[in-house]
Amino acid sequence: MSIRETSRVRPSLFGAAGWPYPDEHGRYGPYGGRYVPEALYPALVELEEAFSEAVEDPAFRQELQALLETYAGRPTPIYRTQRLSSSGAQLWLKREDLLHTGAHKINNALGQGLLAKRMGKKRLVAETGAGQHGVATATVAALLGMECVVYMGSVDMRRQEPNVRRMRLLGAEVRPVETGSATLKEAVSEAIRDWLSNLGSTHYLLGSALGPHPYPWIVREFQAVIGREARAQFLQRVGALPTAVVACVGGGSNAIGLFHAFLSDAVELVGVEAGGRGVKTGKHAARFSDPERGRVGVLHGCYSYVLQDQDGQIMNTHSVSAGLDYPAVGPEHAYLREIGRAQYTYVTDEEAIAALKELARLEGIICALESAHAVAAALRLAASMGRDEHVLVGLSGRGDKDLETLSAAAEGQ
Amino acid sequence: MMAAGRERLAARLNACSAKGRLALVVYITCGYPSPEATVQVCRALAAVGVDAIELGVPFSDPLADGPTIQRSSALALRHGVTVRTCLEMARQVRAEVGPEVGVLFMSYWNPLFQYGFERFLQDAAASGADGFILPDMPLEELCALVPLAEAEGLAIVPLLAPNTPLERARLVRHMAPPFVYVTTRLGVTGARADLPQALRQVLAMLRPVVEAPLAVGFGISRREHVRALWGYADAAVVGSALLDRLGSGGDPAEAAAAFCRELLDGCTKA
Repeated sequence: MSIRETSRVRPSLFGAAGWPYPDEHGRYGPYGGRYVPEALYPALVELEEAFSEAVEDPAFRQELQALLETYAGRPTPIYRTQRLSSSGAQLWLKREDLLHTGAHKINNALGQGLLAKRMGKKRLVAETGAGQHGVATATVAALLGMECVVYMGSVDMRRQEPNVRRMRLLGAEVRPVETGSATLKEAVSEAIRDWLSNLGSTHYLLGSALGPHPYPWIVREFQAVIGREARAQFLQRVGALPTAVVACVGGGSNAIGLFHAFLSDAVELVGVEAGGRGVKTGKHAARFSDPERGRVGVLHGCYSYVLQDQDGQIMNTHSVSAGLDYPAVGPEHAYLREIGRAQYTYVTDEEAIAALKELARLEGIICALESAHAVAAALRLAASMGRDEHVLVGLSGRGDKDLETLSAAAEGQ
Repeated sequence: MMAAGRERLAARLNACSAKGRLALVVYITCGYPSPEATVQVCRALAAVGVDAIELGVPFSDPLADGPTIQRSSALALRHGVTVRTCLEMARQVRAEVGPEVGVLFMSYWNPLFQYGFERFLQDAAASGADGFILPDMPLEELCALVPLAEAEGLAIVPLLAPNTPLERARLVRHMAPPFVYVTTRLGVTGARADLPQALRQVLAMLRPVVEAPLAVGFGISRREHVRALWGYADAAVVGSALLDRLGSGGDPAEAAAAFCRELLDGCTKA
């Protein structure tokens, strides 16, 4: 597990030029890698090669760009809040919630969908937690005329029921996963097992910047459009860069997508994990903030920070937001934290719900519970800054799917 | 350097081949269906003539496993089985089965990594185990573990799949394995009705490349499956089908013995 030498810079779609990760072993410093059953290894190599070729192919880039603009609704605006955070730094929202299907997940789903088509695959499988990635994958499958199976923990199916109906309406089959905590972790395992059993016909459309190489790289590249747009918009609107950029981190796809364009800028990068009922309770998904349970290890083919017990068994996580309810964090986040380029904090269920309500009442925007974690942390941060400073927040998704959860939380109080 | 565990396993497989039969390797999850059952089951397996036993360390997220091993692992974890427990079981198993029967650990990487891999190897060797199988460790990384394994006299048994490119399969030579575990299909573990058509061709292509005996597993659940490997493989590996019988409610040791007698019958040419 030593830090390996880097031999070349990978081609990039939207990412920061000159950033040498992942290296040729699929690692970000010591993190990442490919800890998978042997049958998956050749499939991952094939995927890596197909993606490298696609990224260099102008026709592929054009087709993706056209879909991002005409189908998904890019570019998304940045919006300066009017009433929220009336003192302290000015708060800007990168409005990924305005995208088709309601979250940033569509950026990656379109990219990987086109890649799967290019590889001759007829079938997409995906995992989903909040349902946003499942909906995005089902949407892309419908658009491209592909079969689609989405694995979803049965607990998540209950709490994100509207998204289950959306996926079915889009023609996808939603398969409940009952094992373990019946949430995102188990859904990922089942999706990988399905892929492993159907490698010839099927592409596994992983929704976050995690899992074995090349997934964290592919997902970052398809999500890096968020930061690239936001950075240009900021320079145009403000004439300067923000002091800080804040995003929520489950696996970490919207965060890595937003952060990447700012890597070589003097901009603070802040990732926000799910603090659940509080880090001391153990009922959370704050991999970086709980030194007792959050330690380096391997889950789903990837070496990173993982919530686990003393024996290396992966722990069940808790978050009010299904999309952040995952015990491992993407390997690039682990590396950005290690080299001090990004900081990670957490926000509890209660704080996230309060931020969601405040954003709704003061700005007329109902964001996803996942994104509300970023809003809450940004409000905290902005309060300590001057009015001439700016904080950019990744508003990764909209909150329609969370109304049921919010009512349940209100009843529970 | 001579690895004691490697030599023991190789000797056992050679002896089978000299007797003109396939070796039978079985997998059980440590602590399934109960922690007490494991040593009794292994004693019974050795008594009927099983050649090697894989002791599975339970893991919460067994990516390469189907429903049977997912269930057996979850139950073992509920019984409180840890890496430490498994090592202690291995010590008792070795005492029961004698020096001739192969004893290997099968474990996903994370539990061993948390235990400390070097410490695990030392303790595994001290327990009398012969080697280990790591189903989620890629061949490249396994090669890097060779010096550590050799230092403890433990064998590395690598896994190959039907889609492993031959060039890549060649990597197993660096491990000088006592045998190589070839999976019958792309997919997860679990009992199945039939063996894939292309299996014999896969084995024929791998044989000259890997230069080690071939053990075949994933989906092997009947005497007829074992018999079908005759002339193509050197050993059959049976896991889920055995666990299904262990968990069926009767005496686990008796159920294991009865089933393995049947499989061993398939190991001898009809």
